[in-house]
Amino acid sequence: MLRRSLQFALGRDVLGRGLGTHRGGSTLDWNGKMSEIKKKIQSVLPGGAWTQLHDTSYLPPEHSDVVIVGGGVMGLSVAYWLKRLERPRGAIRVLVVERDHTYSQASTVLSVGGIRQQFSVPENIQLSLFSIDFLRNINEYLAVVDDPPLDIQFNPSGYLLLASEKGAAVLESNVRVQRQEGAKVCLMSPEQLRNKFPWINPEGVALASYGMEHEGWFDPWSLLQGLRRKVQSMGVLFCQGEVTRFVSSSNHAETPSGEEVTLKRVHEVHVKIDHSLEYQPVECAIVINAAGAWSGQIAELAGVGKGPPGTLQGTKLPVEPRKRYVYLWNCPQGPGLETPFVIDASGAYFRREGLGNNYLGGCSPTEEEEPDPENLEVDHEFFQDKVWPPLAQRVPAFESLKVRSAWAGYYDYNTFDQNGVVGPHPLVVNMYFATGFSGHGLQQAPAVGRAVAEMVLHGNFQTINLSPFLFNRFHLGEKVHEHNII
Amino acid sequence: PLHLMAPVWNQGTRGIHGLSKAVAPEDSQRKGRSLLQFLADHFYDVQALREYLLRKQVLKVHQKNRPFTHIKERFGPHAAGAYFILKQGGAVKFQGKEWIRPNTRGRFSLDFLKFPEVPVEAVDASGSAINYHGLDNLLALKELQSLWLRHCPHVDDWCLSRLHSLANSLQELSLAGCPRISERGLACLHHLQNLRRLDISDLPAVSNPGLTQILVEEMLPNCEVLGADWTQGLRLGPEEQSRDTASPIPA
Repeated sequence: MLRRSLQFALGRDVLGRGLGTHRGGSTLDWNGKMSEIKKKIQSVLPGGAWTQLHDTSYLPPEHSDVVIVGGGVMGLSVAYWLKRLERPRGAIRVLVVERDHTYSQASTVLSVGGIRQQFSVPENIQLSLFSIDFLRNINEYLAVVDDPPLDIQFNPSGYLLLASEKGAAVLESNVRVQRQEGAKVCLMSPEQLRNKFPWINPEGVALASYGMEHEGWFDPWSLLQGLRRKVQSMGVLFCQGEVTRFVSSSNHAETPSGEEVTLKRVHEVHVKIDHSLEYQPVECAIVINAAGAWSGQIAELAGVGKGPPGTLQGTKLPVEPRKRYVYLWNCPQGPGLETPFVIDASGAYFRREGLGNNYLGGCSPTEEEEPDPENLEVDHEFFQDKVWPPLAQRVPAFESLKVRSAWAGYYDYNTFDQNGVVGPHPLVVNMYFATGFSGHGLQQAPAVGRAVAEMVLHGNFQTINLSPFLFNRFHLGEKVHEHNII
Repeated sequence: PLHLMAPVWNQGTRGIHGLSKAVAPEDSQRKGRSLLQFLADHFYDVQALREYLLRKQVLKVHQKNRPFTHIKERFGPHAAGAYFILKQGGAVKFQGKEWIRPNTRGRFSLDFLKFPEVPVEAVDASGSAINYHGLDNLLALKELQSLWLRHCPHVDDWCLSRLHSLANSLQELSLAGCPRISERGLACLHHLQNLRRLDISDLPAVSNPGLTQILVEEMLPNCEVLGADWTQGLRLGPEEQSRDTASPIPA
């Protein structure tokens, strides 16, 4: 009797065979069943994911107050400032949707990492001044308890802009504006240039401007990681997916002059998950377009630019991806530790990289030579034809160099005036832009993030007035023109 | 092993974030974690307290580096700079006079206020809490010839980028032992064309001290650079090693 009950307990029937063996299947798998029961109990108790049906932790939440399309430095900066300026604490739920969590094509990490105040538009100078302040105090802004302090590897070596006879007057007036705004820039004659930097050949240079402080270059990846770590600690949600659709509602209104206007409001953002047809509709109140080179596509999805050309409805967001090459070369006799970020009058630029006589550089192509932004393949001929000759002429030591590597990245190029678009769209009332910086987005990201957060939370710009950068200017034709975009 | 949530409730976690942090048990079991860190993981209040304590430390350094504008307006930039340095615990030498140091209790004589036109010649701010903002007081000393900033914990690359204002007069600079200075900050020193003596020894944040020494020497040809030996970081071959031990004078 006892033996029989023992046998039964061990999963064997009277005859000593395993139960269910005549079915040909497995024996009563007691250990397997036990672990399954344990897993079920674990999932039912609070704190674990309730996996009754399936695990949905990779999907974004169903509701979010703000959805930021794009998880690069601009999107994360907006998320940071939204969380920092919100009152009361924890009032706003922010979701950052980033298509590629490896950031393989993101402009942020492929950037050369320079920051300068040598612009001609005063707002650009102010943006850059605040951003350098942010970078200097980055461990006060982005400190997370128990995590090591951030080191963005800033090189305070300054920028050196060279101008030929034609550009000298413009350079001089630019420097005057810069000094008025508080930048520490000085002008140098060709003689002074030769004394200070003996490796430069000042032939053809009429005037140079040199940033003494607050200019240089840093590591954009560590800034991105620092921002990511901090915003995660502040409670911002992340989702890896692609925005494929905006569901919006329209409202008709009349302007004082009697014209009929259609105001749109985005209600839902459809986020499609990678390698799958599954999407999650996220109900939202505000959408921030920080998608960088792909902001134009996102804006089209929201209905920006759908209308007869020439009207405000028909004005598209003029941001498109433009490919730019960066080359890394080694030149053993090249300029030394004091090398600033040199931008030649021809548009070619280079800077020192590390201590091993390595240099990074490139050049912006003319409109006719624009490479196809379909992919990020590097054209090495471009270096031979367009980058090397002007640099070798300017720095004779560069006549013998060896290219070590090269890569390409996208500019979120604003075809209208090569400056950023910041602020709400006049017709799609709850879409805010933070894009179109055409190569100087990284150095303005902290300040632009703050400006967009102020616009979202308070309705106006409070610290730096970026009204010249609003979307309206595309329709009104008011260009914010900057001289010398590299 | 089955990690049920019941023990976590006993520890009094609050909020969903607290619970989710408790799900990683290996962190809390790590040896050597202080009680405060452990509590901070589970209580928002304790975390806020830690952040507040951290902010207080930062504010303390800022307070030490505040500008003494009333002294500057009344007695001039040299007196204000000297007062600032002496208040930090450093030493000041006026032109034609002896070094002024605060005593062990931090007191110093205010005689220098009687001669506001006499410029400051040398400053020894070693070990003080001077930082980027505090440097304002020093940069006003337009005839400073000698500046010692040894073992200053808050002097970093950004501070070095400000030193170009002293390029006309500065002849001696010592940065030995500052934990935050790296070769990127040393690159800004090329503005100091009158520098004759530079000490960059014992900089832990410099990645390659030997190579940096060579590059700085090339950058400042008229300056004597004290720092790492250029062989540091090089792997000596066996013959060179035995030659070194045999005779100290190279052949």
